[in-house]
Amino acid sequence: MSSNGHNKDKSGAKVEKRRKVIDIPPRERMKIPRHLPFEQDPRERVSNFCEVSEGFDIEKALEEAKRCLECNDPVCLKACPVNVDIPAFIQLLYEGDYAGAIRKIRESNYLPAICGRVCPQENLCENSCIVGKKLEPLAIGKMERFLADFEARNGTFTPPPVAASKGQKVAVVGSGPGGLTVAAELAQMGYEVTIFEALHEAGGVLKYGIPEFRLPKQIVDEEVDRVRALGVTIETNVIIGRTLTIDELLGEMGYGAVYIGTGAGSPRFLNVPGENLSGVYSASELLTRVNLMKAYKFPEFDTPLKLGKKVVVLGGGDVAMDAARTSRRIGPDKTLLLYRRSREEMPARLEEVHHAEEEGIEFHFLTSPVAIHGDDNGWVRAIECQKMRLGEPDEKGRRRPVPIEGSNFTIETDTVVVAIGQSPNPIIQQTTPGLETTTWGTIVVDDDGATSRPGIFAGGDISRGGATVIQAVADGKRASRSIDAYLSKLREEKGASSVAAGSQSAGKRTAAG
Amino acid sequence: MEYPVYRIIQTETLAPTITRLTVEAPLVARKRKAGNFVIVRATPTGERIPLTIVDSDPEKGTIVLIVQAIGKTTHIITGLGAGDHFVDVVGPLGEPTPVSDFGTVVCIGGGVGTAVIYPIAKALKVAGNRVISIVGARTRDLVILEEEMAAVSDELVVTTDDGSHGQKGFVTDALQKIISEQGKPDAVYAIGPLPMMRAVSEVTRNPGIRTWVSLNPIMMDGTGMCGACRVTVGDELKFACVDGPEFDAHRVNFDELIARNRTYGGLEKEALEAWKKSTETSDCKHV
Repeated sequence: MSSNGHNKDKSGAKVEKRRKVIDIPPRERMKIPRHLPFEQDPRERVSNFCEVSEGFDIEKALEEAKRCLECNDPVCLKACPVNVDIPAFIQLLYEGDYAGAIRKIRESNYLPAICGRVCPQENLCENSCIVGKKLEPLAIGKMERFLADFEARNGTFTPPPVAASKGQKVAVVGSGPGGLTVAAELAQMGYEVTIFEALHEAGGVLKYGIPEFRLPKQIVDEEVDRVRALGVTIETNVIIGRTLTIDELLGEMGYGAVYIGTGAGSPRFLNVPGENLSGVYSASELLTRVNLMKAYKFPEFDTPLKLGKKVVVLGGGDVAMDAARTSRRIGPDKTLLLYRRSREEMPARLEEVHHAEEEGIEFHFLTSPVAIHGDDNGWVRAIECQKMRLGEPDEKGRRRPVPIEGSNFTIETDTVVVAIGQSPNPIIQQTTPGLETTTWGTIVVDDDGATSRPGIFAGGDISRGGATVIQAVADGKRASRSIDAYLSKLREEKGASSVAAGSQSAGKRTAAG
Repeated sequence: MEYPVYRIIQTETLAPTITRLTVEAPLVARKRKAGNFVIVRATPTGERIPLTIVDSDPEKGTIVLIVQAIGKTTHIITGLGAGDHFVDVVGPLGEPTPVSDFGTVVCIGGGVGTAVIYPIAKALKVAGNRVISIVGARTRDLVILEEEMAAVSDELVVTTDDGSHGQKGFVTDALQKIISEQGKPDAVYAIGPLPMMRAVSEVTRNPGIRTWVSLNPIMMDGTGMCGACRVTVGDELKFACVDGPEFDAHRVNFDELIARNRTYGGLEKEALEAWKKSTETSDCKHV
C-alpha cells in the first residue's frame, strides 16, 4: 500500500478520504485486547525514584497499532487539544515508519516524550476512541511515548526545517510546556526566540513539579535540547519582573513580542492555626526539593528534606498524588491523604490515584483539616480534622463539602503537606503597567491569547489559574499563531513606512535588533 | 546582550570565618537596590541559598557578597577565590528597603548581619538622615566593616559580648543608652541573628519607635514559589522572598520563625561533617 497519502489539503478543509493501511479485517482488530504497559512492581518501586510505567516495547506498540479502526472521520483527533493526527501516526507506526510517525506527531505537538507520559489521555483522545465504545480504547498515549522513546534511544532525531529568518525577536517568559511550545513553533517560522527562565534549569513545572518516577528529568532535558536544536536560546537565572522587565524586553532589548508562560507558582495555604509549624510543607516546596534539587539523593546533593514517621497530605489533585507518592518513597512508615470531598470528586488522574493506592497511600475522604497542633519544639504533633458530608453542587457541578458539627477528631502525625492548589505568581503583573488581571491575579487574555497590552501574549496556568500540560501546549500553539500574525503585521507596516521614509526606519530596526 | 558566568573578581577575608566576594553579575548589578538579595549555588549539586547584596557597581557589572562559613555551602563559598565562579546567581530579589528622610535613624548590625545593614545605613545617610550605627559581635575578631560603617554614620558604637573591643555588652544595651541619653530616634533598622532582632524589637516596642528587621528564613527558589520562607506578620501570612525580607519588627512572630529555622539543623550538621571528611581525604590524595 502506498504511503504517499497527502490526504489532507493545506487549507485544512474537510478531509476527503483517509488512507487505510491496516491489513486486518476490523472484526479481527476488535478481538485484540488493549495492551498494558510494563510497570515496576509496587513493592519495589516505593523504594526508588525510577519511572513507574516502562511503556511499550516494539512488539506491544505494533500490536496495539493494529487495533485502530482507521475511522473515516476520526474523533480522537478532535478530542486532542492540539489535534495530533492520531490515526495517521498509528498507521505510520503500523507500517514500521517510526521516524515518519514521530514526525507526524511533532507537526502538532513538539513535546511527545513529555505528553506521552503526563497527558490525561483517558479524558481526551482515548475517551473519544470508537474502539472504546465496546472494548478498552487504544493506548494512544503509550504509542506516542514509544515513538518518542524509540527515536531518542536510536538517536534519530533530526530537527524539522526552520524557515528563513524573519529578522524579528520574540521573548518567552518561562520554560515550562507552554513556553517551550511557543519557542519551538515560532523558531520554525523563522523568528529569533529567547526563553527566560527564573530557575537554574529549564523545564518549569516539568522539572520542579512532576516527579522523576512519572517523568524522568532526562526526558525533559532531551525535549528541551530538541527545542534548542531549532536555534532557540534559553537564559536561566533571569527573573522577568526582577532581573529584567517586560517593558525592557519590548523596548531597549528589541523584542517584538513577549509570551508569558510563567505558570501558577504560588502555593496556597489552608489558613488554619498551626500551619507554620516545622514539619508543614507546601506541596511545591516538597516537590521542588525532591525533583529540582534532588533532596532524595542527600547528602550527595546538598538540599535536605526532613519528613517524619508519618506524612499527611491534604488535597485531591494530581499534585497531592505526586506529593503523597514522593513522600512514600522518602520513607515514612505511613502516608495518608485527606480529601474533603469523596473519591468521585477527586480531580486527580485515575492512573495516579490507582498508582498511589497500589503504593500503599491511605485515602481518607470527607475529611477536612481545622487545625495543626505542635509540640514544645514547634514541630507538628497532630492534625485536627472534621468529618464532612456532601451538600449541593457548586457552580462547577461538584458537590460541596459541608462540615458535620461535633465530628472533630485528631490524627497523630509529624509531617503535613498542603496540596490544595497554587495561585499565579504576581511578580510580572506587579511590574508590568497596563497588564489587565482578574481578581484572582491571573492575566486576562482574549481568544487569541493576547493580553490587554499590544505585543504581550500569555497562556497556560498564568491565565487559566490551573490546568494541564497539554492545555499549556495548546495555549502556546494558539499564541504562536497570534504572535506570528502580530509580527507579520508589524513587518508589513514597517516595510510600508520604510518605503515612505527611505532608509530611516530600516536603520532603526537594525539598531533595535 | 551578554550573560555572565558569575566569575569571582576578588575575595577578602574580613574575619576568621567571614569572606567578602566581588562577583560578576551585570544584570543584577544594574537593578540592585539596598535591601535586595540574590540566590546563589556554588556547585552543580549545591543548594540554593539567599545572600544579601552588600554593594553593587552597575558600571563594572559586579556585586559584593559577604558570607560567614556556617554550613557546608557557606564553607565552600568562603573557600572560593578570584577566578572561581558560582554556578548560579539570580536576582535582585526581594523588596528594596524603604528609605526616606526620617530624621535620626539607628542602624544595628549583629555579627555578619552588619554586612546587611551596611548598604541600608549608606542609603539612609544619602537620603539625609542622621545615622547612628551600632555594630555588635561576640568578640573582637568577628567585628566586621567597622571602617565602612563609620564612613556612613554620624556616630558609631561597637559592642562585643566579651568586651574585647568597643563597649562590653549587647547591641540592645547600646541602643538603650542611646535612647536614654539622646531621646527616641525616629526609626531603627536591626539586622542580625533572630534572637538579637527580637530583643531589639522588645526595646523599641513600648517607646513606639518604628523598627524594621530583615528576616532570614529558610528559602529555596526566592521567587514566591515554594512557601518555605513564610512568616507570620501581624495576622498575615507573608513570603519573605517576595513580600520582604524586611518587615515591621513589632508585628513579626519571632518565636515561630526561630522554630522554623531549626527544621534542618541536624541534616545541615550531617552535610557539613560529611563534606569536611571528604575534603580531608581528598587533601591526603593530593599530597
